[in-house]
Amino acid sequence: MSVLIYGTIQSVILMLYAYGFSLVYGISGIANFAHGGLYILGGFVTWSFMNYLGIPYFLSAVFSVAVMGLLGFVLYWGLLLRIRGINLSELVVTFVAGIAILEVLAWKGLYGFYYNLPVFVKGGITIGDVAVDYQRLFVLASGVVLAGLMWLFIHYTNMGLSFRGIAQDERTALSLGIESDWMGALSLALGSALATMAAILILPLGVLEANIGYEVVIYAVTVSIVGGLESTSGMIVASFIIGFGQIVVARYVGSSWMVIVPLAAIVLILAIRPSGLFGKYKEIEERI
Amino acid sequence: MNKGEAKYRRERLDRGIKARSDTIYAIASRGDMLYLLLPRVLPIFVAFVLPLVVGEYWIKVIVYAAIYGLLALSWDFLASCGLFSLGLAMFFGVGAYIAGALNYYFHWPVVVTMPVATLAGAILCTALLSPVVRLKGVYFAMITLIVPLLLSRLVVATKMVGGSHGLTNLTGFGNEWFSVYFTVLSLLVCLFIFRRIIRDDYGLVMSAIRDDDRAVMSAAINIFWRKIQVLFIASAVGCFAGAFMCHNYQFVGPSVFALDYSLIPLAATALGGQGTFVGAVLGSAILVPLSEALRAFGGLRVAFYCVILIASIILLPEGIFHYMARKYHQIERLVKS
Repeated sequence: MSVLIYGTIQSVILMLYAYGFSLVYGISGIANFAHGGLYILGGFVTWSFMNYLGIPYFLSAVFSVAVMGLLGFVLYWGLLLRIRGINLSELVVTFVAGIAILEVLAWKGLYGFYYNLPVFVKGGITIGDVAVDYQRLFVLASGVVLAGLMWLFIHYTNMGLSFRGIAQDERTALSLGIESDWMGALSLALGSALATMAAILILPLGVLEANIGYEVVIYAVTVSIVGGLESTSGMIVASFIIGFGQIVVARYVGSSWMVIVPLAAIVLILAIRPSGLFGKYKEIEERI
Repeated sequence: MNKGEAKYRRERLDRGIKARSDTIYAIASRGDMLYLLLPRVLPIFVAFVLPLVVGEYWIKVIVYAAIYGLLALSWDFLASCGLFSLGLAMFFGVGAYIAGALNYYFHWPVVVTMPVATLAGAILCTALLSPVVRLKGVYFAMITLIVPLLLSRLVVATKMVGGSHGLTNLTGFGNEWFSVYFTVLSLLVCLFIFRRIIRDDYGLVMSAIRDDDRAVMSAAINIFWRKIQVLFIASAVGCFAGAFMCHNYQFVGPSVFALDYSLIPLAATALGGQGTFVGAVLGSAILVPLSEALRAFGGLRVAFYCVILIASIILLPEGIFHYMARKYHQIERLVKS
């Protein structure tokens, strides 16, 4: 029972980690390695709104999602646009921008127990014979709601449809008047906002530390690769596989072995099906 | 748009001396010979003389620069074949751990551990990454980024080979002069070999795989086998650097998988210019001393680094070496268009 509950929660956490990364990659083809940096920065911005400006928690959460979305937009418009199409440079710039964010935050002293976000609702309940605190349930619920909303957004709004158009065929989308740079910038903004939402939901469970950013990016990339990089449903399935795998290993083998699970999952998936569980490309040679 | 720009455009021309001495192999004078030799001999000369003039502290910096230079060469070699790695630390760490473990548990001398670590590490890394060579570009980069991070967590979690404390009291070199000249010499030898390889038919196939792998496949060349060979060579160089560093520090711990060892070679190559190997070495010769000079900034050092790197990528995408080579070989002038 406890494996079931905590496995589900862990899976949803992984899904939240990976959502923004997978979305940005799916739309604009940019592997946003700055994802972990944006995640932690989102948490820190929320914290600063609360503690420096004294804005109430929910309001500052909304503000910081907006601010981080804008930052993602600026990241694309200011940096990535200039080197669009040079694979190596895109890679290096996002990777390095993420590290720069994390290092500046670490330098500002973002570790230890001083920085943390409050939980939404204190306390917890017992389901069957397992104690769960409300925050974890809240993460679970909002993860499901977020995934549902994103699905609706992608499938039923104009902007979501343009995103899909760009992802499917950039040239055809261009000829229909969808500007790919604009969409790329918006996708990065959305990815950054999603990272911030994930941070606001998940960070109250632990402390706000710069090092977590690296973990986030590792998990996001792992989950996206195992699921198949272009596919959102694959990403969700993969996060459930890895999440449950981790909880099972933590329960029956030992919690220090949890890190083996993503590594094993990656090795297995690459040996069996290199394009990922739901990857569209059957031919590996197409994966440029 | 102003009128001057509309009427004139820049034109680049090869200098006469380049046309005479470079392609036609008709070296006419001492000037021509000097033109060809100077950019090749002068850096080597500087590399050998520099340790004699700088102090003890900067000798260590030269050793680091040479080691990072080796890693950058390894990165550039992989990239010449279209394999963009974000995890050079994997090669470095595997080499360091093999050499360290052999020395710590079996007390093998350095003369044995370093070659063994180089070969065994290269075989191990190639075996680990061999399923991944089917992937290209960003995909390969993502996998290689997370493998060293996960490996370091594996070492800490399973408490194998020393766990988070690492292995201490390894055999050192004792002599600074030996380590500085050994690394500089290895770097130059490696640079020379790589430049020969890339100019050869073998290198031609490598660049062809990077540019259009399907064309290479249709020429009945097994690209996966080629990529595995390239991976082996590059990882051997990386493992050698790791094995050297572990004896130099006399310590090996999970920190050998740190992001630094992936980031700095990458930054060096991006700064120096990719594809010629000289750029990689030049980049690390600039970046590593610079990072020592930035040590005053403490924790912000890495952030500064990142900013320099982003700026150099966006402002000078071709890299310093290509820029310098262009200025050396070509003249620019304005012509009427």
